[in-house]
Amino acid sequence: MLYDPKAIDAVKGEKESWKQEELKATLDKRSERLPRFSTISDKEIPRLVTPDDLGDSEYTKKLGMPGRYPFTRGVQTTMYRGRLWTMRQFAGFGTPEDTNQRYRYLLDQGQTGLSVAFHYPTLMGYDSDHPRSLGEVGKCGVAVDSLRDMEVLFDRIPLDQVTTSMTTNGPAGVLLAMYIVVAEKQGVSADKIGGTIQNDILKEYIAQKSWIFPPRPSMRIITDILAYCTEHVPRWNTISISGYHIREAGSTAAQELAFTIADGIGYVQAGVEAGLDVDAFAPRLSFFFNAHSDFFEEIAKYRAARRMWSRIMKERFKAKQDTSLKLRYHTQTAGCSLTAQQPTNNVVRTALQALSAVLGGTQSLHTNSLDETMALPTEESVTVALRTQQIIADETGVANTIDPLAGSYFVEWLTDQLEEEALQYIQKIDDLGGIVRAIELGYPQNEIGDAAYRYQCQMEKAEKIIVGVNRYRMDDEIPIPLLKIDEEVERLQVQNLAEVKRKRDAKQVQAQLKKVKEAAHDGGNLMACFVDAVREYCTLGEIIGVLRGVFGEHKDPGML
Amino acid sequence: MEDVLNRDIRAGARLLRWIDDGVGEARSILKQLYSHTGKAAIVGITGNPGAGKSTLVDQLITRYRAQKKTVAVVAVDPSSPFSGGAILGDRIRMQEHALDEGVFIRSFATRGHLGGLTGTTADVVHVFDAMGWDLVLVETVGVGQDEVEVQRLAHTTVVVMAPGMGDEIQAIKAGILEIADIFAVNKSDRDGADRTVRELRLMLDMGKEAIQQQQERVCPPGWMPRVIKTVSTKGEGIDELMTALAEHRKAYENACRDPNFVRARLRREFLDVFRRTLFTRGWSYLMHEDHLKEVVEKLQDGSSDPYTLAKQAVNALGRL
Amino acid sequence: MDEERKIRVLIAKPGLDGHDRGAKVVARSLRDAGMEVIYTGLHQTPEMIVATAIQEGVDAVGMSIMSGAHNVLMPAVVDGLLAKGAEDIVVFGGGIIPDDDMESLKKKGIKGLFTPGTSTETIISWVRENVKPS
Repeated sequence: MLYDPKAIDAVKGEKESWKQEELKATLDKRSERLPRFSTISDKEIPRLVTPDDLGDSEYTKKLGMPGRYPFTRGVQTTMYRGRLWTMRQFAGFGTPEDTNQRYRYLLDQGQTGLSVAFHYPTLMGYDSDHPRSLGEVGKCGVAVDSLRDMEVLFDRIPLDQVTTSMTTNGPAGVLLAMYIVVAEKQGVSADKIGGTIQNDILKEYIAQKSWIFPPRPSMRIITDILAYCTEHVPRWNTISISGYHIREAGSTAAQELAFTIADGIGYVQAGVEAGLDVDAFAPRLSFFFNAHSDFFEEIAKYRAARRMWSRIMKERFKAKQDTSLKLRYHTQTAGCSLTAQQPTNNVVRTALQALSAVLGGTQSLHTNSLDETMALPTEESVTVALRTQQIIADETGVANTIDPLAGSYFVEWLTDQLEEEALQYIQKIDDLGGIVRAIELGYPQNEIGDAAYRYQCQMEKAEKIIVGVNRYRMDDEIPIPLLKIDEEVERLQVQNLAEVKRKRDAKQVQAQLKKVKEAAHDGGNLMACFVDAVREYCTLGEIIGVLRGVFGEHKDPGML
Repeated sequence: MEDVLNRDIRAGARLLRWIDDGVGEARSILKQLYSHTGKAAIVGITGNPGAGKSTLVDQLITRYRAQKKTVAVVAVDPSSPFSGGAILGDRIRMQEHALDEGVFIRSFATRGHLGGLTGTTADVVHVFDAMGWDLVLVETVGVGQDEVEVQRLAHTTVVVMAPGMGDEIQAIKAGILEIADIFAVNKSDRDGADRTVRELRLMLDMGKEAIQQQQERVCPPGWMPRVIKTVSTKGEGIDELMTALAEHRKAYENACRDPNFVRARLRREFLDVFRRTLFTRGWSYLMHEDHLKEVVEKLQDGSSDPYTLAKQAVNALGRL
Repeated sequence: MDEERKIRVLIAKPGLDGHDRGAKVVARSLRDAGMEVIYTGLHQTPEMIVATAIQEGVDAVGMSIMSGAHNVLMPAVVDGLLAKGAEDIVVFGGGIIPDDDMESLKKKGIKGLFTPGTSTETIISWVRENVKPS
């Protein structure tokens, strides 16, 4: 037990008398500020949590030691005393030349990992010269059409020394293939490179909606990547199972937790069904969570996530290795919490959110820049965001001890609550026949849509407060400088692409695309084909185009 | 009016808006358009929410377009009973056809007045028919009376069901067995699809005579409802569905050579218009000049009863 | 006939981004304000939006763009409506739009522009004031 039963009885007695005496007297005099206190997810929060509220908590079963099952206190033995989290700012804009410059600046400023933001055409599998790319080139990320662009993007960045995260899903395999070939050209073999591709297509259907193919062929591409990387790129995180976008789409914390873990279950299930040994690929799965504004709810979410995942891996999938049981995660502070009003306040929001991620035990962190609700960040604003992490790491002292909030009655209670609520969602998804089926039925999408609308209504009734938006407004706001992407970028990128197409060996290109098509049809490993195809400068749009022809396209089911 | 007959999209769209909004001019245009109707094949598609109707309609559009036929779609969704507003999202699944000039998709909300369907669906179908669209597909949510209404205005009615949603039981309760010319058991890659098909066939077989009696006046004689398995998201079973639709069309056209059959249809069509005209008229009377208020006052002070008052109101209509 | 003029609005998601939270929240709140809302779903081209607006006989088109492509895509819809003689349809939009772009978009015929954080109440009353059933 966390607490001695006799001591608990004493607590109960004391609590009861406190309720009858001081509390009653105080409430009689003056009622509390609100009729009901709740988290940003609208979870009701009690006035006071005491040890007796924690039920029959057994310390070793529920919390354990850091680096030990069930990992509630962290996945590493010494946590941040050993090594700080990776400071990894998500960045990408304009041409690959523009972004390369930003990467080298960030590394100079003490950033410890890279994270690529691709522009929408790349995420959707279109080249910059496609009609659908009109107006989108370089706007929301960097334009990458072919190997040439990837070469420029990592120019003068040694790929054996940094790890790189690439936020891409539908075309993840093709972009990883480009990265592998760029490393190869730098003289770094595939088994030496490290990083992550997001490659989490399930959450695209649930929340982020940058999908290309229907769910089932998408799952097949993912298992091809799992198989290829297990053999050739062993240090690569093959899927970053992402709750971030689920939360951004308006879910509650418990929904983010539940649907992310349910997606994870879906991938492990698919891997096992494809004949892979769970302990061969599970250690390369990582997670990606949102750090929203409700401080304790977020900390509880990360702690519950670790405990849930390790139990699921052990009990449901019979994983044997410790590394298969560890939920390692990246965190990004909540983009949706930032406001265009009084934007400097965003620095404070981000700092507090980042603190919750660190207190929750994150392995890497992106802190949003204050201008990100209006545009991609300027160099000045991204520097402040990076400095925020460095201040947390070096000045606050929170990294001196492991999981400092453990044993807080409230934090442990909230951790249990989130776990319980999330497990109920997972049960419901199991009942529906698993996550793929649940997505086809629109179940998670509808739950999120309802939660988002509920929050919006609470916000408008000022039941939930956003400083500077529905309270403490200012009429005259001082505008901040924003990064502007020139329309010239599009012309330049299209021109570079034409140049690539002119210079490459057209016969090789056709031959490689044919191989991709054959593999798509007959079940050969697509990832291996991607590597050969990008080496010959087949473009991303060409390769994805071939796959579109074979697999078809996913359509917006339009659930509201 | 000329523009509408020349299939001008903008003019057609505006007329549909007038009909939907109950604008007075619409009625006089409808009168003139009527002589141009009767050429289109009208197919009703109904079923519970989540059965996959819109995706199925999307597939049918593709097939009909491949046959070089032009297609109009009437997609009806319920209005919110609280606000009177609506979100109409059926066409999301059909947006691939947004730029095809041989396809016109129009969404309607039930608006909850005049009872059943949009109340104006028959008029909308007439407009599309007069405009010269080869096919008019009417998609409605099958809750309450709507599916019956669809069947009254469609030449062919397809009921879409999904296995495992309790639709089979619903079907018996709602009397859907009697209105379907074709059943599409959609999402038939799911568990329980075969059972649904079996149960439907069994029920149809058991209720054969009753169904044929029921259908006598409105269906081609001798037609027995078909049960087709489809997976609309993958395009499976759509060929079979198209074949069944074509066969039913043929049976319908044959039946139309029988003057009794045509008379029955015309009678039904008229009764529908009559019912709506009567209701609209009565409704306007009650709503205007405080008539309803007077009625309620009389009920409240006990000076009369609802039966007498309703009869008086109807009599008053005749004198207007 | 009994007239029942309702405001009909097309809520559209042009471009390649998938952030439909805002579009859906606006769609729901316009519905709750008694309007009829047609929703296109994601990834629509300007041509598709124009064709849909005309077929659906709407009074207004609201677009949500979060990808930064607003300067190209929003005016393309206004121009498309004009080319089809449907300039009476009111066009408004929302998304991540810097102040500098707002001015030029307004000049190009986008009548209302709303940035993140705008209350749905503001959008509803703007629509009520600026959009009349045709």
